[in-house]
Amino acid sequence: MRQSFILRNPSILIFLACLAAFTVIVTLLSHAYGTAFISTSFVKTLGKTLCLCLVAIAMDLVWGYCGILSLGHFAFFGLGGYMVGMWLMYARTELIVAGSMANAAIPPTPQEVRDAIGTQIFGVVGSSEFPPIWMFAHSFWAQMALVVLIPGALALVFGWLAFRSRVTGVYLSILTQAMTLALSLYLFQNESGLRGNNGLSGLQNLPGVSASQDYISVWFLWASAVALGLGYVLAAWVVSGKFGSVVRGIRDDEARVRFLGYSVEGYKLFVFTLTAIIAGIAGALYYPQAGIINPGEVAPIASIYLAVWVAIGGRGRLYGAVIGAALVSLVSTWFTGGQVPSVNLGFYRIDWVDWWLVLLGLTFVLVTLFAPKGIGGLFDLVTERFAPNRHGANYGPDQGSLLEKEGRK
Amino acid sequence: MIRILRAALLFLALTAFPATAQDTIQEVLQAHRETIEASSRRTIQPAIDAIRDSGHPAAPLVLEKWEARDMWQRTEDGLFFYVEPEGRNDLKVFDFDTASEIGVFSKDGFDQLKPNSGIRALIASALVKFQLTDPDASKRRDALAALARNGNAGHLPILRDAIAEEPSVGIRQQMERLERLLTIQFGASDDERIEAMTYFEGDLGVDARAALNPILTTTRRVAPGTEVPADVNLAARLRPGGEELSREAAYDMLVAANLAPARLTNSDQRNALQANIVDGSVGGVPVADLDSPAARDRAYAALEAAGTVPSAATTDEVDAALAGHVFFDAYNERSAAVTDAANDVLTSIELKVAMNQFIDLTLDALSLASIYFLAAIGLAITFGVMGVINMAHGEFIMMGAYTGYVVQQIIPNYTVSIIVAIPMAFAVTFAAGVAMERLIIRWLYSRPLETLLATFGVSIALQQIAKNIFGTQARPLTSPSWLDGQMAFNDIVAISYIRIAIFVLALIFLAFFLFLMKKTRLGLETRAVTQNPRMASSMGINPDRVNMLTFGLGSGIAGIAGVAIGLYAKVTSELGSDYIVQSFMTVVVGGVGNIWGTLLGATMIGFLQKGIEWFNPSNTLAAQTYMIVFIIIFIQFRPRGIIALKGRAAGD
Repeated sequence: MRQSFILRNPSILIFLACLAAFTVIVTLLSHAYGTAFISTSFVKTLGKTLCLCLVAIAMDLVWGYCGILSLGHFAFFGLGGYMVGMWLMYARTELIVAGSMANAAIPPTPQEVRDAIGTQIFGVVGSSEFPPIWMFAHSFWAQMALVVLIPGALALVFGWLAFRSRVTGVYLSILTQAMTLALSLYLFQNESGLRGNNGLSGLQNLPGVSASQDYISVWFLWASAVALGLGYVLAAWVVSGKFGSVVRGIRDDEARVRFLGYSVEGYKLFVFTLTAIIAGIAGALYYPQAGIINPGEVAPIASIYLAVWVAIGGRGRLYGAVIGAALVSLVSTWFTGGQVPSVNLGFYRIDWVDWWLVLLGLTFVLVTLFAPKGIGGLFDLVTERFAPNRHGANYGPDQGSLLEKEGRK
Repeated sequence: MIRILRAALLFLALTAFPATAQDTIQEVLQAHRETIEASSRRTIQPAIDAIRDSGHPAAPLVLEKWEARDMWQRTEDGLFFYVEPEGRNDLKVFDFDTASEIGVFSKDGFDQLKPNSGIRALIASALVKFQLTDPDASKRRDALAALARNGNAGHLPILRDAIAEEPSVGIRQQMERLERLLTIQFGASDDERIEAMTYFEGDLGVDARAALNPILTTTRRVAPGTEVPADVNLAARLRPGGEELSREAAYDMLVAANLAPARLTNSDQRNALQANIVDGSVGGVPVADLDSPAARDRAYAALEAAGTVPSAATTDEVDAALAGHVFFDAYNERSAAVTDAANDVLTSIELKVAMNQFIDLTLDALSLASIYFLAAIGLAITFGVMGVINMAHGEFIMMGAYTGYVVQQIIPNYTVSIIVAIPMAFAVTFAAGVAMERLIIRWLYSRPLETLLATFGVSIALQQIAKNIFGTQARPLTSPSWLDGQMAFNDIVAISYIRIAIFVLALIFLAFFLFLMKKTRLGLETRAVTQNPRMASSMGINPDRVNMLTFGLGSGIAGIAGVAIGLYAKVTSELGSDYIVQSFMTVVVGGVGNIWGTLLGATMIGFLQKGIEWFNPSNTLAAQTYMIVFIIIFIQFRPRGIIALKGRAAGD
């Protein structure tokens, strides 16, 4: 008899329980709804971390399960942020402009309002015209649809082109990196219509909401937690069952799956596009908490960090990605925030603000070398799940893969 | 005493016979004493002319000293001398005619002549005549250069006289060219000017274009009626609403020329309405309703009818006004023959300029391609031959550049330091590469994607370490002085020596790589290990050692490339990451595992980037964006690169 979905994935219940507990605890410690033990900025940091966990799940899906090392998923993340940022910026500026024009002797015409908003938003890049890509910025629902549609469409077109011509492995990684580099270079131009390197700012203010940031930060934390929970369940559902088996099969031996009659390109394209959409949603929740988005956010390095998180957390398992993203980004915030005491070696003082990246880089090398399963591998000690001991023989056609089906005892 | 006597006599003579030829320059000066003393720009010209045309050998001396404010006048008799300062209060006084020293006197007895800048310009222009015929060739050249900057109509006859007497062929050619340029601008007759222009057909000099372009300047004008006035040298007739002239701009011209009433702008309308709010409504329309253009027009029409605001032009009136006038660009130059000739010559010049710009662009593209090739060639070994993705390759480039910087701090001589820096950079990065291969990469040969991640870890660590040691600001890596400057073929085509050096270095590397791979034992072993490590080791090759050496070699070349790139760009800790993506794309586009492919890839990317920049020169970011998009599309059609390996060498 087929086991139910939840039973086959016990991690879902544990994860959701942990997430719920975390959210409740943070809420009870926040300024808005509790004891004010946690500062509002730290609530925001935690909310942002949840979004990063969501994009890490997307990355794990596409890399850990499907074997596509995409070095461009932060491009989708950033695009989601830009889409939501456009609406936030437009709506907020509209309120400000309407407020200042209400004092005029004569009520403004719609065209005058639009011109004034344009001047406000694009003054920094020496323009006042609305570029065509801001066509839907006035409409909340249209722009929210674009959060999903734009990253999805880009991933669909890019993936279709790449998979169709059978670009695989490291070539695909370099190609995705080129994609995100092209996007960030494009956004850096003032002509892109997204304010060049100024980016979009003031996103932390929700138009029409008078509550303080104390409350808004908690609301966003809830929204991020809900999105992360849903994303986790969705990802678990996608990789369980027959579909998931085919996806893992593609990772382990693409050619064999193709010869078995599966449309490898279709599966890959689906996973790639789905994860791009998840990344877009994560970005849409992240940037209102960060308050600002600029083209530097989609630079290639960001996407490589994403891969770093997933690798440290342990790829090929969803909770590993979440652990990796949460741990590395929080520890990174802690170290770069200057709160870690410096180490005095007598002849040299190690300031962690300066040396943190060195530590991260070396940790990363060590994890890759000695713990390819990442932190998530520790759970295998508990569940007693090991890779088969083949006494030095190959694991399979693709020597790099850890074949987890065989790994189950 | 004798001098005073002589001066007195002179004075007598001058007053008695003003018309007689003056024997000394002093007499000429005395003849114009009052104008010289008055020192006014409006009246000084006859005095300058008299000195210039006096024919005295001392005339240039006078003008020079006068211009340099070294001409002083003795108070007691008004005679002019030139002086050199002697101590704080004394002057060493010289006579103009004999150029001999008279003695040292106190400043009290003399007045300095202080010509203002206007007069000095007049004097300088008079001096041109003497400078152009100066026996010293370098002075003649300087005079020509000065004349090229600010010649005027008055210089033409002087220049023509000087050409006839010029002994040096080279200078005479320069003079003739300048004479033609001045003729184009100031020639007396149209035929003369047109004839001068014909010499410049296809000429690439900036000066030729500078002389011709002012002739073709136009003024945008408007005239009533439907025909262009006959006395105008017409450049182009404009249609309002066309590409050149929008209807709004055309109407603004009419308004500016007082040919039509002003049109009502939206803000004018709003201000007018605002000024006329009476009891919460304007012209019968409630203020609250004034949030649409239609309502505002209604209110304004009502105000207009009541006479409270001036009537503004309606759309129909604007149409009628535009139809009733003719708009055109007219040449400022009156003669149509001259402008036609100038147009013809400029067209021929532009064609040639475009061709030369194309050559210049090609050179630029070549040098960019050689930079990409340099950055990618180490990668062509580690990635192309060994299949190792080394994300720290960019940081090896950076290490090479910093090695060059450190060597330069120790050895101040730039030439020597570069010669030392190149092997040093190779040694440093070779060691780093070998260390990295031994410690990290060799454990990951079976897991290429993880090599990418592990080397990325190394990359961020190295980058941060460099930042900690050298700081975030850019460090200069100065090239030796013999690499400064550029090789100029003409005014348009030029290439800097440093780019030539990088190009040559790229060629040397190409030759080195080919030699190493095809002719040496290491190359043979490398190829064997790459194709089949097990078979190679059965043949007695130690794959570990070969891999280590090959990787070290690739890294070492990256270090040398770093020195070259550091000479051309600033050395920062981010130097490497600027090149890493492009380098990988160069290798991938060219075809992995083939040096000719890398060469073609670099050439293609270099030419492509420059080509795109040519369409939109102001925006290099856009050029890079489009180039990457192009590469992504290119990979679709040739996923294995320009030169794809076939057969067993292709591996999978």
